[in-house]
Amino acid sequence: MSAHAENINYFKASKGFMSWLVTVDHKRIGLMYLASILLFFITGGVYAGLFRLELWGPLPGFISPDTYNHLFTMHGVIMVFLVVVPGIPGALGNFLLPLQLGAKDLAFPKLNITSLYLYWIGAVIALFSLTQGRADSGWTFYAPYSLSQNPAVLWMLVAAFILGFSSILTGLNFIVTIHKMRAPGMTWFRMPLFVWALYATGIMQVFATPVLGITLLLLLMENFFRIGIFDPALGGDPLLMQHFFWFYSHPAVYIIVVPAFGVVSELIATFSRKDIFGYKFIAFSSVAITIIGFLVWGHHMFVSGQSEVADTIFSFLTFFTAVPSAIKVFNWTTTLYQGSIKLTTPMLYALQFLFNFTIGGLTGIVLGILSVDIHLHDTYFVVSHFHYVAMGSTMIAFIGGIYYWWPKMTGRMFNETWGRLAAVLVFLGFNLTFFAQLIMGSQGSPRRYYNYLTEFQIYHQISTAGIVVLALGLFMALFNLLISLKNGAIAPQNPWGARTLEWTHAETPPVLYNFTETPVVTQGPYEYPTEKV
Amino acid sequence: METTKTFWLPEQASTFADAVDWAFGLYFWISLFFFALIIGLITYFVLRYARKRPEQMASGQMIHNTMLELSWTIIPLLIVMGLFFIGMRGYWHMRVAPSDAVTIDVVGRKWSWSFDYTQGFSNDTLVVPVHQPVRLRVTSTDVLHSFFIPAFRAKADVIPGRYHSLWFEATRTGVFPVLCTQYCGTNHSFMLSAVKVLEREEYDEWLKGAAEAAGGGGMTPAEFGATVYTKRGCNACHSPDGKPGIGPTWQGLWGKSRPLTNGSSVLADEAYIRQSILEPPTQVVAGFQPIMPPYKGIISDREIEAVIAYIQTLK
Ligand code: HEC
Ligand SMILES: [Cu+2]
Ligand SMILES: [Cu+2]
Repeated sequence: MSAHAENINYFKASKGFMSWLVTVDHKRIGLMYLASILLFFITGGVYAGLFRLELWGPLPGFISPDTYNHLFTMHGVIMVFLVVVPGIPGALGNFLLPLQLGAKDLAFPKLNITSLYLYWIGAVIALFSLTQGRADSGWTFYAPYSLSQNPAVLWMLVAAFILGFSSILTGLNFIVTIHKMRAPGMTWFRMPLFVWALYATGIMQVFATPVLGITLLLLLMENFFRIGIFDPALGGDPLLMQHFFWFYSHPAVYIIVVPAFGVVSELIATFSRKDIFGYKFIAFSSVAITIIGFLVWGHHMFVSGQSEVADTIFSFLTFFTAVPSAIKVFNWTTTLYQGSIKLTTPMLYALQFLFNFTIGGLTGIVLGILSVDIHLHDTYFVVSHFHYVAMGSTMIAFIGGIYYWWPKMTGRMFNETWGRLAAVLVFLGFNLTFFAQLIMGSQGSPRRYYNYLTEFQIYHQISTAGIVVLALGLFMALFNLLISLKNGAIAPQNPWGARTLEWTHAETPPVLYNFTETPVVTQGPYEYPTEKV
Repeated sequence: METTKTFWLPEQASTFADAVDWAFGLYFWISLFFFALIIGLITYFVLRYARKRPEQMASGQMIHNTMLELSWTIIPLLIVMGLFFIGMRGYWHMRVAPSDAVTIDVVGRKWSWSFDYTQGFSNDTLVVPVHQPVRLRVTSTDVLHSFFIPAFRAKADVIPGRYHSLWFEATRTGVFPVLCTQYCGTNHSFMLSAVKVLEREEYDEWLKGAAEAAGGGGMTPAEFGATVYTKRGCNACHSPDGKPGIGPTWQGLWGKSRPLTNGSSVLADEAYIRQSILEPPTQVVAGFQPIMPPYKGIISDREIEAVIAYIQTLK
């Protein structure tokens, strides 16, 4: 009867609403992140849907230019600061890191719940800004436009500032956990690649995010006290703001995409029953990209007026970040060779990731070519490029990861048929939406345009049609999961036959402290047997 | 006329366009090759190694292959280094204007452009001669903008309190769009203009005519004021006919008492209008945002007087 609390599953270990709010269990925190992030993903998506509808035609439609500016600002701020940056680490990372390491929890469980509360506070302030006017600065907050003392923009700056702290604390927690909490026998090279990815991400969160914090603080001070930092009218320098901003926001690109690399490595290994080709390369290159990633921020500023010498150096360094990413794609592709490949729903997302990330990467390289970037900069080409990375790669890997670990998190299996159908719709919708934007961008259509030249209408219409298909796919994917909570078959401990600890040693769903006995690790994360065919 | 527009790129009308498009095209084929290779391999592997029995394991566990790894490190590295050099050469060419270039000053402001010619007049479209290097010295009076001519593959951010420059040489006559590509607020997407490329003789003629007209030659002050109204971009925010806009309409403005945000009110006379144009933040009309760009040092006294005369006619 009186089973020890630590030996019953984490859902049942304690009950009631309060037990979730005061929990320090990394699994519950992960799930709360997941729910919050999905909610904001939908919110950010609704904003995008609204302005894409407006863009169906070139002339003023059902919203005004100011509303349009507000909508794309909200879309950007929400998607960047509340969805893709905290996304995979907050939801999947929190849930899985201790499980994959064979640990009871993160190193600092109370710090972990603090991160979540900071995330919530930041989110509430971002929403509160809506009552203070309409933020219209774009998510990049470029000065001097963002120094217009618009109260809604000020609140947004405060929100982003607080969200930064949430991110820093999560990163710190992960780094310490990985150093200190590995199970006996869990050497660095027996860690799953998802853990390596979180490690690299943690480094960037801890070192880059403070710079964002400082920048936002300076913007706030300049807004309030009118001291000249970034505004030339007050003696400031607008380029300084851009340098500070991209010093964070370029590494942020990797904060966004490196966790996705980790997820995809897990999915590909499991569903092809293969050890990852070039495991060490993938592990180290995540860390290497992190370091080079700190030195290339100036590639966002080739037309900004910074010196030509700086432009040249930044272009040169940027190309070095391209090579490790390219090699990773080759590694994942080669991993499929001789595998035993099963196209489950999560695997369909992993393959989509490879497709989209290849396009996202290739379109990134062309932006590094100085002479060509002058033409492409600040057009829809760039918009499309970063959506291929942030949505097409990160969110797709995230959704794939949610599907993959769903049985472990909830104890239920989802419906494969609906899952696959949704994955295909998401693929089609996404590519329809953003491929059209690549073309109109290189044709010279600037971004953040409410009104556009009529020759671009056809691309806008394809893009708007695409987002409808995309939304359909995403909602189908979501409902499929929600329905499984009630109707899904009970999940076995290891439905996919995976080799990492969360599947081999933890129950489904895991018990309160993850493992009834501390696992002892004797082999790598992807050691599958082979058979003759 | 035969168009140079392709599936990916807009028409070409400057000496840069060829080189930029060549680099873009070269890269396009390289990336298409790699894309096809990767997607082709993935598709092949997925079909060839599909799991047929649930318990089926992989048929091999290759995790290393030195030759493969070296080649897919070295080949991409060489390619990107090549791309870097191509981009750098093209870029330095774009950044250094030839010594025989003529200079035109460009002022960006919410939400219009004006092009100030050394002959002492300014215009709302850019008019340039064909086959002549032209250097644009750009600056802004309010927030960031960016000056972009897609057909020339030329772009530069327009920064308040700073000069930035770009140059080009048009290769054919015609009219091409000028766009703002740095987000600058409400009417960012309406901050359009055009560049008109003329034959040398036509250009010289235009230049003479424009310089004369700018002197107000043959026009009444009010007529001249009406041209200032569009040439200086006042029309982006003010209407002459009572239509609401970003700024107050000019209809019936003259001689009215104006309520200001600081609670006082002031008579719309010469001095008030002059001050409103030169230093708008000193007297902000109630109910409006203080976003009008200051025209101090940009607009001449003659133009201000003409605008006042023009406003007087708008009853
Ligand atoms: C970016 C939009 C914008 C542009 C461009 C602009 N203005 Fe304004 N202007 C405003 C706004 C907003 C106000 C009201 C707030 C204020 O008084 O500063 C205003 C106020 C004025 C007033 C006072 C009007 C009144 O009703 O009392 C005058 C006169 C004026 N502008 C003249 C000009 C002239 C002349 C130009 C062109 C050389 C110009 N403006 C260009 C936005 C603009
Ligand atoms: Cu970057
Ligand atoms: Cu603009």
